[in-house]
Amino acid sequence: MFENLQEKLSKVFKSLTGQGRLTERNINDAVRQVKLSLLEADVNFRVVKEFIDSVKEKALGEEVLKSFTPDQQFIKIVRDELINIMGKSSVSLNLKHHPSVLMLVGLQGSGKTTTAAKLGNHLRKSGRNVLLVAADTYRPAAIDQLEKLGKSIQINVFVGDRKNPIKIVKEALEFAKNSQYNAVVLDTAGRLHIDEEMMNELEQIKQLSGPDEILMVVDAMVGQDAVNSATEFDRRLDLTGFIVTKMDGDARGGVILSISHITKKPVKFVGVGEKIDAFEPFHPDRVAARILGMGDVLTLIEKAEKELDKEKMETIGKKMLQAEFTLEDFQEQLKEMKKLGPLSSIIEMLPGAPKVDLETSEKQLKRTEAIINSMTPEERRNPRILNASRKVRIAKGSGTTVQDVNKLLKSYEEMKELMKRMKHGKLKLPFKI
Amino acid sequence: MGFFEKLRSKLMKARKSFFEGLSQLLKGKRISKEVLEELEERLIAADVGYETTQYILEKLKQNQTNDAFSSLKEILVELLEGNNQVDVESNKPFVITIVGVNGTGKTTTAAKLAAYFQSLGKTVVLGAADTFRAAAIEQLKEWGNRIDCTVISHNEGADSAAVAFDTVNHAKAKFKDVAIIDTAGRLHTKKNLMEELRKVHRVLGKVVEKAPHEVLLVIDATTGQNGLVQAKIFKEMVDVTGVVVTKLDGTAKGGIALAIKKELGLSIKFIGIGEDMEDLKPFNAKEFVDALLD
Repeated sequence: MFENLQEKLSKVFKSLTGQGRLTERNINDAVRQVKLSLLEADVNFRVVKEFIDSVKEKALGEEVLKSFTPDQQFIKIVRDELINIMGKSSVSLNLKHHPSVLMLVGLQGSGKTTTAAKLGNHLRKSGRNVLLVAADTYRPAAIDQLEKLGKSIQINVFVGDRKNPIKIVKEALEFAKNSQYNAVVLDTAGRLHIDEEMMNELEQIKQLSGPDEILMVVDAMVGQDAVNSATEFDRRLDLTGFIVTKMDGDARGGVILSISHITKKPVKFVGVGEKIDAFEPFHPDRVAARILGMGDVLTLIEKAEKELDKEKMETIGKKMLQAEFTLEDFQEQLKEMKKLGPLSSIIEMLPGAPKVDLETSEKQLKRTEAIINSMTPEERRNPRILNASRKVRIAKGSGTTVQDVNKLLKSYEEMKELMKRMKHGKLKLPFKI
Repeated sequence: MGFFEKLRSKLMKARKSFFEGLSQLLKGKRISKEVLEELEERLIAADVGYETTQYILEKLKQNQTNDAFSSLKEILVELLEGNNQVDVESNKPFVITIVGVNGTGKTTTAAKLAAYFQSLGKTVVLGAADTFRAAAIEQLKEWGNRIDCTVISHNEGADSAAVAFDTVNHAKAKFKDVAIIDTAGRLHTKKNLMEELRKVHRVLGKVVEKAPHEVLLVIDATTGQNGLVQAKIFKEMVDVTGVVVTKLDGTAKGGIALAIKKELGLSIKFIGIGEDMEDLKPFNAKEFVDALLD
């Protein structure tokens, strides 16, 4: 929907190439682009103003480094400043008491109950004995929801009398002490920050439970008003941090910048999907790129490093260079690629990726894999032996047609041809092997 | 307390924070650069979005008025006015589906809508087609108990299209006036979940001609610019016919609804201004703008 900020900025700076310094005059347009981009990402307009001022101050008079173009230099300043505000690295939980109490608060619909289960699961993975406490007695069936989630991950849920949140929390803490639990997660009812009575209730719960962490759960899709609710929750409860949910959507998440700038409290986790383990520590650098609409190359690189078998990829790469790449290698490569997740999630992470019809490509890839899987090892190593009857067999085996098989063979031949040209130095690889 | 007064008092907090002083700023004044800048800030702070804000400011400039305040009111009313009615008389049963991303208040809205139509003397059946979220079915059933309305449900994890199918069949067999189907929250970016939602809608059309007659997208008033993308994709996938803006009793203005109306032509049909059963109301552009600005 939106043009990538980097593209916009490179246009702005095109006229400037060759100029050695960022000046008031030549950064004005760029500043405007950044401002619009931040507003589109739902960063609060007051935060945008302050942010822009400090970026301007840093940018003015800055020498453009030799290895950078002016737009890259400017983006770097913007990015560094974003990370500066959101915190340089992820901040972990600070749990001292025994049992440690973690209290979740927030507006209705931000995802507290689901987050309680995810956080519980996360704590257990790090070796803690976790008790979930259902203190949302207002929303119909909220307690049932937490009970069901707890059951699905085998974590006990304390429900008490199902009526009085203060009493439930009190009893839950006693129960936890007597039963060797060392981490207690409190799910509280969603409330508007202007609801005096409900905010009082939170203060009471805080007082009687002495939580190690008071985390506000914030929906990544919220807009300008986030600063109002975050400020009020922080003022009343002195939050220790935030958990931002629904980051698996396509919201740019400018709210993260707003709340960390205004409250100076860190975002500790992000929710990235409906599954219980779709819960990650917060990485400011990645979100900086996302807020600017620049994709998430870092995540992709990290994922690739973690998931891909380096040796295998290297062998394949060498083979490619020597134009000895067989369908067997191709099969191997497809397998490796799949470890990175569906194509759509890979493309999403690339900056300025074109909006292609991913579903068709995804289907195409599956078909390709099925065809190769239906070949004998010998056929994969030497596709030349594929005659008409072999092709019919492969088509049947993979649920495709002979035309599909032919198409694949043709693109394989083309690829080989390409590699031959690379080998002879007529074509340069875009990456190092 | 009449609805208008209630709306006014509920929107008071919203008004206080950002629209406070707007009448002093604009009443009886001509448009100046300072006035425009101030207004731009306030509109953006209300999540109206940059483009729609520019559109409103541009119109204001064109109007060449001596009273910027009433001019702004006119522009906002004109922008928000459209097909704001839900005509349940047009079919029996009249089938409504409730769709949207997670956490906007779909289940609550479904129940409150049922109560609203009941208060008009209609017979209503609710369908618990959110079979995904843990305890969503219990939540709707609990509401059904409170307002004395039949809720058709299957087990958790069941096919939501089957629930929808049974709900409209029940409505037909028992001659109910309105069938309201609550669906699971889903992010618009999840292809498979959106396909599932399409299936629910296809199935409805097989039981009752032209059903669903109304597809309501529930948008949380706190939603930022992503709301526009949500509305666009839900509209493409399931042909949304209108918007319900919930949680307007907080400090958020729900300005994204203006952008949705302007960019996609989707009118607001209901607004939620509180937790009480009667706090869901049919939308009226003039009343709404008056309450917001006066």
